[in-house]
Amino acid sequence: MTNFVSLTRMRIQLALRNRMFIFFSVIMPMGFFFLYSGVFAQSVPYKVAYYLGPILSLTVMGSFWGLSAALVMFREQGILRRFHVTPVTPGDMLASSIVANYVLTLPTVAVELFFARTIFHVHNFGDWSSIILLMTVGTISFGSLGLVVASVTNTMQETQVINQLLWLPLIFLSGATFPLAFLPKTVQRVGLFLPATYLVNGLQQAVFHDRHPWQLLVESVSLGSWAVLTFFVSSQLFRWEPESKIPRKAKLWALATAIPFFFLGIWEIRKDDIIREAKVSFFEVEHPAMPQMPPSVAQPEKPSASDPGGKPSQPAAKP
Amino acid sequence: MANSILQVENLVKHYGNVQAVRGVSFHVDEGEVFGLLGPNGAGKTSTVEMLEGLRTRDSGRISVCGLDPQENPGRLKHEIGAALQSTSLPDKIRVMEALRLFSSFYKRHRDPEELLKRFGLVEKRNTFYNQLSGGQKQRLALAMALVNDPQVLFFDEPTSGLDPQVRREIYDIVEELKREKKTIVMTTHYIEEAERLCDRVAIIDHGQVIALGSPRELKDRSGDKTRVQVRLTRPDSPDVLKNLEGVTECRELNGTYILQAQRPPQVIVSLVKHLEIQGNELLGLEILTPSLEDVFIELTGRRLRD
Repeated sequence: MTNFVSLTRMRIQLALRNRMFIFFSVIMPMGFFFLYSGVFAQSVPYKVAYYLGPILSLTVMGSFWGLSAALVMFREQGILRRFHVTPVTPGDMLASSIVANYVLTLPTVAVELFFARTIFHVHNFGDWSSIILLMTVGTISFGSLGLVVASVTNTMQETQVINQLLWLPLIFLSGATFPLAFLPKTVQRVGLFLPATYLVNGLQQAVFHDRHPWQLLVESVSLGSWAVLTFFVSSQLFRWEPESKIPRKAKLWALATAIPFFFLGIWEIRKDDIIREAKVSFFEVEHPAMPQMPPSVAQPEKPSASDPGGKPSQPAAKP
Repeated sequence: MANSILQVENLVKHYGNVQAVRGVSFHVDEGEVFGLLGPNGAGKTSTVEMLEGLRTRDSGRISVCGLDPQENPGRLKHEIGAALQSTSLPDKIRVMEALRLFSSFYKRHRDPEELLKRFGLVEKRNTFYNQLSGGQKQRLALAMALVNDPQVLFFDEPTSGLDPQVRREIYDIVEELKREKKTIVMTTHYIEEAERLCDRVAIIDHGQVIALGSPRELKDRSGDKTRVQVRLTRPDSPDVLKNLEGVTECRELNGTYILQAQRPPQVIVSLVKHLEIQGNELLGLEILTPSLEDVFIELTGRRLRD
């Protein structure tokens, strides 16, 4: 336990001294924040609130870049070997990087919410417990995904290639860049197989529709169990030595991380909840004056969907 | 061996088809500095890393401080300290932070301040790792091996890649640890290092121990290898010199005559007599006692650094 604590402290210290970290974990998310709030949401408070879901998701998902790069670098440079001769365990190494990353992500999220309030006048952030819950499972699961990537690649170049291959679909097909409702039907369905979609939708529902955690069970349970699975896989695939080969079973283990969202995707295609929720929110943002939703997208089982926290009426109060 | 703290029996390790370690056996006594000497790729590092618990063995038996590194890695790691080959620390960690971090991993610790002082790193305590020189990094690596006041120290090629002056600094440190009766297992491909620092040496080649003993014993074993090297004012013939009393062999190399001698004093007397008759004179004379290098060449037929 003390090993884990001192490693976490070291990682936080090192991250704060690292310019790359500051750029990717602070400056870039802030760039996204201002791009979305100022340009996509045109600085309109309720639109900024709508885009906070995608903005927070990008901040949270970015975790896997930093964690995969740090682990590969530690292994390539022989830093992990030095820890290997000490009583430190793989669990200590991996958990400390997840926790340090979480601690470092919180301030960025806090600053984003602070700016949303002070600069863009968003006054209702929806349900805090849902935001915190989803942020936590999101940061842990995407961080663990980075650790898995680091374990199935040998060099930094390979890691960055895999990261790009994951990052692009994760941000473009999940609603994190283009709203899901805006995408063609086939693409929407592909998006249902991606964990990012559930994170974006969950955070959006939490902020924009005040959804409580128990109204976001699909999102929080799927991401939570995925976090446990990816962390477990990363601990199975962990290698101390730069020259130790990737075991053949590693690729199967890595594929196993896709299983939960494969089945959830099939289920969601039949149920259509996520896409319907995304459409409702998108419709509300596009047609703020209309208090009622068209019957085709109305969703009677979820009471809060028909009571969107009064946000769509906000622009009326706007000067 | 009642007081041997480390035992290795018939250690074997393969990497694919390559047999890196082929049946290595030795033991190390408490308070002893034990050297594994051999060329690169001889299997020294593989052997040491199996002792440290970093690699698994294919067969054989290992006991370090009464523990098997494979069965009991957790407990063993509290008892050993290591300066590894090809390792590093994060660029932006400060010297003192590294010492404190690593000492936090152990049940037993040594005062990091004292280690800083002892390894001459007091002024560097707040310096980032990537701003240290090669010698400072190596001193930090040795200091870090001591943070848990270990029973056995492993130094893998502690001076490779360092310039001669820094190498001597490292020798001084090891000699001081030796005076403190620390048990040290070190690998090296530098003969001088093994001769100067080690109480006993195992010469390793192609994954096997080909000779084992104190440097003195090993050299004595290589019988008639004392050489008398002479330079003369006028050239002479090696064939003539070879027939002098006490000389077993003679060859010429760039004007220097190298005489293999069983008893050097006898050779010198007969050489001086011979030169007087010839009217030739000595320009220079050197007596070279056999080194571990000679032992190595004799055993393997090649030089250590080939």
